[in-house]
Amino acid sequence: MPQELRIVLRNVDKIDALKIDDYIDANGYKPLEKARSMPQADLIQEIRQSGLRGRGGAGFNTGQKLAFTYSAAGDQKYIVCNADEGEPGTYKDRVIMQSDPHAVIEGMAICGYAVGATKGYIYCRGEYPYVAEILNAAIAQAKEKDVLGEFDVEVCLGAGAFVCGEETALIESIEGKRGEPRCKPPYPPVSGLWGKPTVVANVETLANLPQIVDRGSGWFAAIGAAGYPGTKVLTLTGDVVNRKYIEVPTNTTIKEVIYEFGGGIAGGRKFQAVQIGGNSGGIIPESLLGTQIAFDAMAAVGATLGSGAVFVMDETRDLRDVVCRMAKFFEHESCGKCIPCREGTMRMFDLCEKVGQGKGTAADLALLQEIGETMAVACFCGLGQAAPTPVLTAIKHFDLLAGKGCA
Amino acid sequence: MDLVKLNIDGRDVEVPAGASVLNAAETIGIHIPRLCYDPCLSSVGACRICVVEIDGIRNLPASCVTTVTQGMVVRTDTPAVAEARKAILELLIANHPLDCLTCEKMGECKLVEYCYQYGVSESPFQGERHAYDLELNNPFIVRDLNKCILCGKCVRACAEWPGKDILDFSYRGFNTKVTAFGDTSYIESDCVFCGSCVAVCPTGALTEKQMRGKGRRWDVKKVRTTCPFCGTGCNFDLNVKDGKVIGVTSSPDAIPNGRVLCVKGRFGWDFVNSDKRLKTPLIKKNGKFEEASWDEAFDLIATRFQEIKEKYGPDSFGALGSARCTNEDNYLVQKFTRAVMGTNNVDHCARTCHAPTVAGLAISFGSGAMTNPICDVDDAELLFLTGTNTTEAHPIIGYRIRQAHRRGAKLIVVDPRRTELAEEADYWLQIKSGTDIGLINGLSHIIIKENLHDKKFIEERCENFEEFEKTVAQYTPERVSELTGVPVDTLYTVARLYATTDKAGIFYTLGITEHTTGTRNVMSCANLAMLTGHLGRPSVGVNPMRGQNNVQGACDMGAIPNVYQGYQAVNNPAAREKFEKAWGVPLDNKVGLMIPDMFDKANEGKLKAMYILGENPVLTDPNSNHIRKGLEKLEFLVVHELFMTETAEYADVVLPAASFVECDGTFTNTERRVQRVREAVEPLPGKANWETICEMVTRMGYPMNYQNPGEIWAEMASLAPSYAGINFERLEQRGGLQWPCPSCDHPGTPFLHAQSFTRGKGLFQGIEDVPPAELPDRDYPFLLNTGRILQHYNVTTMYSAGLMTLRNEEYAMVSPEDALELNLNTGDRIKVLSRRGEVETKIQITERVPKGMIWMSFHFPNTQTNAVTSDAVDTIAKTGEYKVCAVKIEKLAS
Repeated sequence: MPQELRIVLRNVDKIDALKIDDYIDANGYKPLEKARSMPQADLIQEIRQSGLRGRGGAGFNTGQKLAFTYSAAGDQKYIVCNADEGEPGTYKDRVIMQSDPHAVIEGMAICGYAVGATKGYIYCRGEYPYVAEILNAAIAQAKEKDVLGEFDVEVCLGAGAFVCGEETALIESIEGKRGEPRCKPPYPPVSGLWGKPTVVANVETLANLPQIVDRGSGWFAAIGAAGYPGTKVLTLTGDVVNRKYIEVPTNTTIKEVIYEFGGGIAGGRKFQAVQIGGNSGGIIPESLLGTQIAFDAMAAVGATLGSGAVFVMDETRDLRDVVCRMAKFFEHESCGKCIPCREGTMRMFDLCEKVGQGKGTAADLALLQEIGETMAVACFCGLGQAAPTPVLTAIKHFDLLAGKGCA
Repeated sequence: MDLVKLNIDGRDVEVPAGASVLNAAETIGIHIPRLCYDPCLSSVGACRICVVEIDGIRNLPASCVTTVTQGMVVRTDTPAVAEARKAILELLIANHPLDCLTCEKMGECKLVEYCYQYGVSESPFQGERHAYDLELNNPFIVRDLNKCILCGKCVRACAEWPGKDILDFSYRGFNTKVTAFGDTSYIESDCVFCGSCVAVCPTGALTEKQMRGKGRRWDVKKVRTTCPFCGTGCNFDLNVKDGKVIGVTSSPDAIPNGRVLCVKGRFGWDFVNSDKRLKTPLIKKNGKFEEASWDEAFDLIATRFQEIKEKYGPDSFGALGSARCTNEDNYLVQKFTRAVMGTNNVDHCARTCHAPTVAGLAISFGSGAMTNPICDVDDAELLFLTGTNTTEAHPIIGYRIRQAHRRGAKLIVVDPRRTELAEEADYWLQIKSGTDIGLINGLSHIIIKENLHDKKFIEERCENFEEFEKTVAQYTPERVSELTGVPVDTLYTVARLYATTDKAGIFYTLGITEHTTGTRNVMSCANLAMLTGHLGRPSVGVNPMRGQNNVQGACDMGAIPNVYQGYQAVNNPAAREKFEKAWGVPLDNKVGLMIPDMFDKANEGKLKAMYILGENPVLTDPNSNHIRKGLEKLEFLVVHELFMTETAEYADVVLPAASFVECDGTFTNTERRVQRVREAVEPLPGKANWETICEMVTRMGYPMNYQNPGEIWAEMASLAPSYAGINFERLEQRGGLQWPCPSCDHPGTPFLHAQSFTRGKGLFQGIEDVPPAELPDRDYPFLLNTGRILQHYNVTTMYSAGLMTLRNEEYAMVSPEDALELNLNTGDRIKVLSRRGEVETKIQITERVPKGMIWMSFHFPNTQTNAVTSDAVDTIAKTGEYKVCAVKIEKLAS
């Protein structure tokens, strides 16, 4: 039986999130001290060697990101924590921030030292005001204890737009502008918040950093899948017996996640499909359950790891209905900046609704496929590019016209 | 410059590093479709129609925002690319009214062009379409948001050109909509109707209301010409259909404005089609005007002018040229006055605005014009604005200043009023009206005290510094602060900043000149620039922004009493001999009368006859009762006008004039740029103005037989070295030519005084502060300041139906404090009284004016502000003190 391995969740249920002394007693803020005793380049190299890759979904090497920001010229640099956890079915960042906020703050401070940034922002999802309260309390305590030195952190509350999870739309939002993605390049490490070099990193990524600094890159690199080492926090939802969060090494398979940790399909029913990574993720059939929940392994089968949401669907789910709801989500969340996403998500939803009502034709599916493929390559940002993924993968692996139980 | 080599569609191409793939493709003639891209706006990569394939990139990147890299391999026309573009077009037209048959944009619509190219005739997508109401509630721009493809060009144009930031996206996703703040219509917003949004719109979403239904785009003839309003000299295209102007459109290759125009230039042209235009000559018989033939009019004019000249002598005649008419017209008016009437009594309305500039800069530098070109604003590091409400009076220059400031240039604004740019400035020096000399002396004092002056420049290029130094030594910061109301700290900061910034330019308009100390104010600006060596190179200088389209040219042409064209003095024997020889008549050697003198002499009964071309002194000159009385006393008055103006009412003969769309010729803008004005339609009265003048003068026995304005220019230029190199053929080139241009191979002169000043050495002068002639007192407790508003111009705009819809009456500005004290509300009517007259007006309460100041424009016939303005004039240039007089206010029953 595979076991959980808790790195970022190590303090969950063990310390009081609102007591900084608890965190400090659990070795908290010592890694920061250690980081600050290292030359910046060595620290960045250490993080790079750990192989840690972004846990928000893009999977970019964190050390590399720090290196870019470190070497970018700028009189001021910023660390931005992306806590705009918006993918439906995902709540891992909330758990981390609620149960161990200082791990995130310490991770940010380590990044700040590494790249020479003295200011950090936590962009917290608008639907998490209570998390923002915890973060603010934690920041106040850290300042009072003077553990952050000259590094300052501020919490910005989002306003409910999914697209603001995209790093440049997030930056626009912090700047007080309309939350729309920017052209890349330049990427944030070169020109980010207020045009200054900026590290934008996910909550889970940042929470890994104190442990990596503390225990060394070799320790971390040896955990899980080689190309995407460490653990991943997953949130299990849908028709699974145990709807819960887990943290497992990245070489764990989807099957293990659903059947070992999730306890299998609820009610003794048959598995139909699973979607991993939130609404932007692909819909995976039974034949691919042996895939590891690592970035590259998932990509290799045309799926994504994404945020680590695991949405399990049993045989009774009508996939047409599922896909239609997802299309509705993207139609609602498109910011409207680029044509293929703005118009495409809307027309996709229209067609999915028709298919969902059992009125779809082969021509409708062909049109969905055509527009979906265009969106995947031509949309401005990740939102639009990923929006057709559930539809395209459902068409690929299932017979949508047949409807329920079509696997 | 680093070059990057890449391959596009199998062809190698080398372009500068930093170029976009789209631009790189353009260099080898590959046009990549684009909807949101515009070379004059920032790129956003939003429409995605410009996507291409690039080796090593998984997706299809937008070529407009993808920077070229060494060895990049690009394919612009693969099946995948075509498929994506087609899909995007299908998505767009799924929600686009396909009423192309009646769409105003047909023929210039980008969506139509690309659908044609990719064979998209209908959309496979059904379902919801937008059904927004057509926005028709403003006079100029029709907004049909159903046709908006949300490319955002209007949003960026609004932000990046005028910098008004009126537009942005509202809502999101499919409901995204470009709106003004709070989803209001243009007319409810702070929109200034510059029409930049219309100029960039790729579809029929934004169209010119005036042009609706007037002609298909392909049937419209475009005639490039120069704007007839302020002195910026914007160029645009008159849109002509069936011999009638139907609209104005702007063009990216126009200098100095590109596609930016102001509300007057883009939409105010309709006065040319006003049914109030004069079409035939009018002769006053028994106090009433009667239509007459040209022959009758010319005969009467010839007879009466000759009789009066014989009876009272040449100096009983005076002529006004026009800052609104062409150089050629003005050349003819002054030639007629001098060669035929035998007097130098010729002037024009530069007298009421920038005569102090012409005089003052001529004394200080030897040449009375803007030292630097408008485009220098873009590279300036500091802009020192004094007495200029630039975004209203010279909007396109104002917008450039705003954008330069947004890019990081420091902005210093000296103005008693809180103008738009004062609000935006780094330092706003709210001086007390009429303390300009004190302020500049004070800044100079600090600069010298802190040893920040340019000693080398002063030593090598200037003279009389000692006198100046001695004078400003008396102007301690404390004394100047007391005098001007500017805090001592600010004086220090601004003095240091101006002195130590390399590219720092001074810009001013009538807030400097329209004072009894106008000429001395101008020379003070010259002192400050010389003190710091801010002259003779790019992005510095002393830059008077001229108020009227051809006020620079009218001065240049010698429509002023002291000089022939090119500022050759009438009392210089050599010059006079040259002109006597050229014109074949003896010429008067004494300087003629300036406008205020003319009306004084008319009141005294010594000036008996006048010819007035395109000017309306009753409305625009100070103390209009004095002007009216003078006109009444004339024995014979000819007014050559577009409309029956307040001044024309006094005429014995009114000659109908041709408007700017009906004339060939040239205007010279504020930066000395001579530009073509082109005849787009036949003159409404049947004759262009130059033809009328020539026939009138020929009838008087002095033949003027020019075939066209080009010949008039050629004669004028042959007698003036600074224009010798300019001819109509060369003026066909983009941007015309900036004088001085002494020979045909000379490229023109963007900035003056490069090696030495026109007069040799720059002349410093010690200038003492003198208060305005009439300041508020117990009886007249308010200070009246006057000027121009954005929507109007001195003449003609009152005949523009559209502009009058925006603003058709005066709203005098009153401060909230004064309004409270006087129990006034916005919209209330008041009477404004001075020692000279009274006028009624509505008021607006606004923080733009300080307590104690009333500000009024002079545009509206119903509120003739100049009935109350001061007739005190500048001692040198005789320009009225429009900016300061004492008034009192009485509230009227509403």
